[in-house]
Amino acid sequence: MAFLSTVDLEQRAGPAVLLNRVNLSVEKGEVFAVIGPTGAGKTTLLRLINLLDRPSAGDIYFDGEKITDPSRNAVHVRRRMAMVFQKPAVFNSTVYENVAYPLKVRGGHGKAARSGVYELLDTIGLGGYAKRKAKTLSGGEAQRVALARAVVTQPDLLLMDEPTANLDPGTVKMIEQLVMQFNRDRGLTVIMSTHDMQQAQRVAGRVGVLMKGELVQVGRPDDIFYSPGNAGIAGFVGMRNLLKGNVIRNESGIAVIDVNGREIEAVSDLRAGSAVEIYIRPEDVVLSMPAPAGSARNNLRCTIRSVAANGPLCTVVADCGFPLEALVTGRSAAEMGLIPGQEVYASFKAAAVRVLPSMPA
Amino acid sequence: MQELWQALVQAVNLIVSLDPEVIEISLRSLYISAASILIAALFCIPMGALIHFHDFKGKRVVINVIQTFYSLPTVVVGLFVFLFISRSGPFGGLELLFTPAAIIIGQVILIMPVLTGMAIGALSGVDKAIRDTAISSGASSTQAMRAILFEARFAVVGALILGFGRAISEVGAALMLGGNIRGYTRVLTTAISLETQRGELVLSLALGIILIGIAMVVSVIMNILLQRY
Repeated sequence: MAFLSTVDLEQRAGPAVLLNRVNLSVEKGEVFAVIGPTGAGKTTLLRLINLLDRPSAGDIYFDGEKITDPSRNAVHVRRRMAMVFQKPAVFNSTVYENVAYPLKVRGGHGKAARSGVYELLDTIGLGGYAKRKAKTLSGGEAQRVALARAVVTQPDLLLMDEPTANLDPGTVKMIEQLVMQFNRDRGLTVIMSTHDMQQAQRVAGRVGVLMKGELVQVGRPDDIFYSPGNAGIAGFVGMRNLLKGNVIRNESGIAVIDVNGREIEAVSDLRAGSAVEIYIRPEDVVLSMPAPAGSARNNLRCTIRSVAANGPLCTVVADCGFPLEALVTGRSAAEMGLIPGQEVYASFKAAAVRVLPSMPA
Repeated sequence: MQELWQALVQAVNLIVSLDPEVIEISLRSLYISAASILIAALFCIPMGALIHFHDFKGKRVVINVIQTFYSLPTVVVGLFVFLFISRSGPFGGLELLFTPAAIIIGQVILIMPVLTGMAIGALSGVDKAIRDTAISSGASSTQAMRAILFEARFAVVGALILGFGRAISEVGAALMLGGNIRGYTRVLTTAISLETQRGELVLSLALGIILIGIAMVVSVIMNILLQRY
C-alpha cells in the first residue's frame, strides 16, 4: 500500500462538490505535485489529508492506517505531518518562538531542540533573525519561517499549499531548493499544490492534475506537459495553439484535419468524421521565407499579425486561417525582418501535432 | 478654574504628605476593583472562549444579550445584589451586606458582561489561519485555544483595563452594598460623593484626580508587562 492514499475521497459544501471521488497514491520519499487552476480543490484536498477538515465521504490511509477513522486520535496523526499554507500565518511572537512552536506543543523543547531551531534558521537564511518579531517579516521571509516551522519536528509527510504563490522569484527558487534538499537529505515525503506547471516540473517526481474537484491525470511531469490527457489539461499546462477541427480522412496513420478551411496533417488513428482538438507547441513551429524545403508535412502560407519580445525569444502570432503561435529567437526574428503584415510560411511536422478527441461540451 | 487648580495642588499635597485616610481609601479602592476584575476574568475569559470556539444555536442571541448588559446601571446591580444579601434575602445569613465582599460581588456582576463580550470580540479578531497553523503544528484543541488567546492578548488586556475602569469608577453598587462606612467600606467614589454633598468640592476633586491617577498607573503597568511578551 502506498505511503499515503485517498480512496474515493469526497468533499461537499452544500450542493457544491469540492472534491469528487479522488483516488490518490503517494509513495514514501517522493515529491508529488497537485496542479490545477484556482478553485480546483487543491487546498480542500491538502486540508483533508492534514485532518483539518472532515471529508463528506471516502477515506485516507497514511502509513497503513485509516486516519479518517473518527476513533483515531487526530492530534497523533497530525504530529507526524506538517503543513505550509499559501498565506503564511505567523504567531505574534519572535521568529524563534514561531519555529519552535511545534516542539513546544509536543512537550520536547530541550537543549538539543533549541540548537536544532537555530540550525534550521541558518538553513533558511534567517540566522540572525531569532529574536525578531515575526510580524515584521516580509512575505517571503514569513513563508520561510512557516517552512522551517513545518520541518522542525522532522515530519514524515510535508504538505504545502501553493507555498510560493505571490512570492518574488528569488524566494521561490530558495523555497524550491529547500524542499528538494529536505526531500533528498531526510527522505521527506512532500505533497505540494501549485498552479505553476513549470514549478511542478522543477520540483516534483510525479504530478496529479486536479480540475473541478477531479483528479484527471497522474504521471511524470513531462508526460503531463507533453501528452496532456485532454484539452482542458492541455490549456492549463500552457499549450498555446489549441485548435478545433474535424478529421477529413485518415491515410495509414496520418489524419488530415480540417481547421477553419485549412488542412493539417497529424499522426493519429482517429477516423474520418471525428471532431478533434489539436495543439501544436509554439517551439515546434518553424517560420521561413521563402517556402521551406524541409521534410515537414505541414507548410502553411500565412500573414504575421503580431511580434512580441519574450525574454531572448519572440512570440510571433501568424494568421493561417486560424491564429498560430510560433516561438523564434529574437535574433532570427530580426534577421528575417519579421513585422506584422509580412507573409511567411509556417511549417511543422505531422508528429508535432497532438490530436485528442473533442471533449463533450 | 481656580477650584481645579486648588484641587490639583491639594491632590499632590495629599499624596506627598501620605495622608493616612486618603492612602487607606485609595488602597481599598484599588484592592476591591482589582479583586473584582480578577474574579470576573477567571469566569469571563474562559466563558468568552467557550462561546467563541463553539457553534451552537442561538449564539448570536447570546452575544446580543451580553452586549445589551454592557449598559447595566450600577444602581440596578446594587439593588439586585442588595435583595439577595440583605437580612431578609436568601443569602442574608452570610452577613455580607455593608462589607467589602458585597462591593466585590456587585462589581463582578457589573463587569462580567463587558469582559465576556470583549473577550469574544478579542478572539474573533484573531486570524482564522492562526488556529489552522496551531492545529496543523500538532497542537491539541486546548493548546490551540491557548495559542489563539495569546494572539488576542492585546485586546484581552484592553478588556481587562476597561473592566477595571468600570469597577473603580462606579459608585452605585459601592454605596448601596458597602454603605460608605469610614475605615471599612469607604472607597474613592463613595468618598467623592460624600465630600461633594458636604460642600468639600476641592477635596472631592483631589480624590477624583487620585482615582484617575490610579487608573493611569494600572494601565501603564499592564501595557509595560504586555510589551515584554
